[in-house]
Amino acid sequence: MKRVPWTVVVLIAGLVVPFLGSRFYTFVATDIVILALFAMSLNLLLGYTGLVSFGHAAYFGIGAYTCGLLMKSVGAPFLPSLLAGGVMAAAFALLFGFFCVRLTRIYFAMLTLAFAQIVWAICFKWNDVTGGEQGLPSVPYPEMGWMGSLPVLGDFRAGDHFYLIVLVIVALCFAALRRIVDSPFGRVLTVIRDNAERAQFIGVNVRGYQLAAFVVAGFFAGISGALFGIFNRGVFPDFCYWTKSAEPLIMTILGGMGVFWGPAIGAAAFIVLNQQITSYTQYWPFMMGTVLIVLLYAFPGGIAGTLKGVIERLRPRFVAEPLIAPEMGNRDARG
Amino acid sequence: MLEVERVRKIFDGFTAVDGVSLSVKRGEIAAVIGPNGAGKSTLFNLITGHVPPDAGRVLLKDRDITGAAPHRISLMGMGRSFQRTNIFAKLSVFENVQAALITHRRRGGNFWSRSSDLYRSETEALLGSLGLLDKAEAVSGALSHGNQKQVELGIALACDPEILLLDEPTAGMSAPETHETIHLLERIARERSLTLLFTEHDMQVVFSIAQRISVLHQGRLIAQGTPAEVQKHPEVRRVYLGERH
Repeated sequence: MKRVPWTVVVLIAGLVVPFLGSRFYTFVATDIVILALFAMSLNLLLGYTGLVSFGHAAYFGIGAYTCGLLMKSVGAPFLPSLLAGGVMAAAFALLFGFFCVRLTRIYFAMLTLAFAQIVWAICFKWNDVTGGEQGLPSVPYPEMGWMGSLPVLGDFRAGDHFYLIVLVIVALCFAALRRIVDSPFGRVLTVIRDNAERAQFIGVNVRGYQLAAFVVAGFFAGISGALFGIFNRGVFPDFCYWTKSAEPLIMTILGGMGVFWGPAIGAAAFIVLNQQITSYTQYWPFMMGTVLIVLLYAFPGGIAGTLKGVIERLRPRFVAEPLIAPEMGNRDARG
Repeated sequence: MLEVERVRKIFDGFTAVDGVSLSVKRGEIAAVIGPNGAGKSTLFNLITGHVPPDAGRVLLKDRDITGAAPHRISLMGMGRSFQRTNIFAKLSVFENVQAALITHRRRGGNFWSRSSDLYRSETEALLGSLGLLDKAEAVSGALSHGNQKQVELGIALACDPEILLLDEPTAGMSAPETHETIHLLERIARERSLTLLFTEHDMQVVFSIAQRISVLHQGRLIAQGTPAEVQKHPEVRRVYLGERH
């Protein structure tokens, strides 16, 4: 099967949204795109390196505060502020990750959570800088006047303009993530996920690679946080709270961590379900919990994993491709 | 090539390896034998950096590697396999071997080029020499035990080691598989002028290919020498060979 350039397909699909002319659709689409990046950044750890982080919101929050403060208090332009948000998040990921990768499994997860809670506590209390409990309201939109003078986009609202900017930035991030997971570096990460012990004996500095993955994931989480702060028109301490760390985890499990696009699909499903269910009932967490239980038992590969499985089962009927079945090995060897 | 000097390891008061010394010359095929629990696997773990020894030294090519991290020892040219098959079970056979090539050639820091075709010809050549080429795309964890052992050997060889430590390379194999594997090992060792150090429970295998044998018993070295010398050694006959005959 030829590779479908999914990044391009999704980008084009995303570009259609503002033309629907609905303020609500654009709002939901922006939410999805930003949180999809957050979930995809987590999946570099969860799905590719085999590290369960319970504190990914720390980097989301650090990115949001850094970018928000620069834009609001300093009046810095958007792109440098956004980049600073990512870099600051990556710097903290380097600092915290240095300690976290020295632990394994549940101890690793607990330490990531502990660091995230420290970040939250600081954001919550440091009134002079972060605004404390009140947060950092009215973060400005980027300068988007130039978009109004463009031919087709001129009539769109500011929300649509911001959505398009978000879409392009996130698409670039996805393309970068795709390259990273397909690279030799990405292959080493999957080797660590599969068998960290064995990886050492083929010359892999396991902690070093885990730390590198942690920093890269932190960077993209920081970018998504920075975008979310602007989208939300304010940054608040709950950006770093542990429930925020749970969101990308749920999205990733919902969408499927074994597939590159899984977390993004999960983010879309999570947000759409949230919108739909909360309009009928206030028991959204109850419904979400039920969905997750069913998924974990019946479809452990998530939405994307299940779809991929179905497609692969159907494929040989359409394409006559010699597939090497795993069982063949069993028969051959015992000759 | 490899010098092990009086290494000792104590686990919770139990002395697993007690002052064992051995040396392996370049190009030699050496074996460590001994009954179950004699400390063979622990000795290998001490040499390859899996666990640091409590006392003693390990020298690889005259450099002290005692207590060094496993990945450093691996990059210095020491490969190993494990008694219980230890591969990247969810990756394909091709990816298993290719990953070892990538890491050993220090290309793992490259996060921008595509990995899928990297070292394709080398990987395929290596799989070919192991007779695994037709299974290259299969998920390695789904293969037979014997094939998985071959994959593990492929991973070890991809690191282009100068010395290879094999912990029971034929464990759990049927008689024909054992025979085949031993022939393969001998051939590969010759072709690559590899130094081999292996543990084995199958006496026939040991005496057929090893040039030097060290006998461990309850963590201690009780004999060392050529197969003929070891076979004649009275204590070996008593504690080890005697149990079987």
